[in-house]
Amino acid sequence: MAEEIKKIMFTVRKPPHGSIYVYEGLEVKLIMAAYDADISVVFMDDGVYALKQGQDTKELGIKGFAATYGALMDYEIQKVFVDRHSMEVRGMTEADLLIIGEDEETEEPVKPRVIDSREIAAMMAEQHNILSF
Amino acid sequence: MLHTVNKSPFQNTTLMDCARFLQSGDVLLLLEDGVFACQTGTAHSALVEGLLQQVKVYALRADLKARAITQLIPGVQVTDYAGFVDLLEEHKVHSWL
Amino acid sequence: MKIAVCIYEGPYNHEASDSAYNFIKAAIDKGHEIQGIFFYHDGVYNVTKLMEPPQDDRHIANRWSALGATGIDIVVCIAAAKRRGIVDDVLVPHVRISGLGQLTMMTIQADRMVVFGD
Repeated sequence: MAEEIKKIMFTVRKPPHGSIYVYEGLEVKLIMAAYDADISVVFMDDGVYALKQGQDTKELGIKGFAATYGALMDYEIQKVFVDRHSMEVRGMTEADLLIIGEDEETEEPVKPRVIDSREIAAMMAEQHNILSF
Repeated sequence: MLHTVNKSPFQNTTLMDCARFLQSGDVLLLLEDGVFACQTGTAHSALVEGLLQQVKVYALRADLKARAITQLIPGVQVTDYAGFVDLLEEHKVHSWL
Repeated sequence: MKIAVCIYEGPYNHEASDSAYNFIKAAIDKGHEIQGIFFYHDGVYNVTKLMEPPQDDRHIANRWSALGATGIDIVVCIAAAKRRGIVDDVLVPHVRISGLGQLTMMTIQADRMVVFGD
């Protein structure tokens, strides 16, 4: 009998660029995606800023990584969620979110799913382990 | 689920953020600077007072003692690292960072 | 239980390293298995032998090394280490540099993954 595939959740709570956690956290996700795990990623609190369109780090002189989120679905990371409350209090809307891939069938661009805290809490309770970045 | 929070509510919103995701039966463990949330008579005491209606709240003794915190909100349970390990036997964990 | 621990911060600068160490000792005393310890982000600084704290203070790298000597797998992330100038030559004994695949395996295989950070 095959071993059950474990649910692993990543939370992203910190904003990008002010610290390296979000960037190095993304590297963990991409590596883990190559293993047998049921991965979900939840952007919440200041982590929602990591998904903001239009980030340009050139003048800052640091390597940007927002473009990598555009390949999340290519890496088989399909379960990408954003906490609605976190977006609302930050004045963000779905229009601000960047694209994480395209739908296999329709080829339409796909954005992360905006969901309520209650739904996220229920998901957290189902996880085998959770990694916060 | 066991939620751990290590930041002071005066410095950082992690405890408030975590509070939105607590479910009945969950447990909150305050450690490191998170233990500052356990003090009575502060601007943030109401937060933990409110959470105690919903979940069990523990504070790590080593961190309380290091910070000379003696006036704890009634209902907060003091535990040690062994107690932290015991909580994990019953609960999955989410380390809020 | 199989418990894995991840540490995101360097020694002395944050309490993460101390909390993690104290927690791990308690878990061992209670008979649990430490699946592995993984250092990420600035956590890689925990295990440099170049560390020289005052004599009357805890020597964080040495105590990780002592834990590693008991057979616990202590891993430093190669990408995070290279970025921060931590290489094999500066490591204390009984710790090793490896990839994020190790963090992945620990997270999947351990019953509990506890993270200590900022």
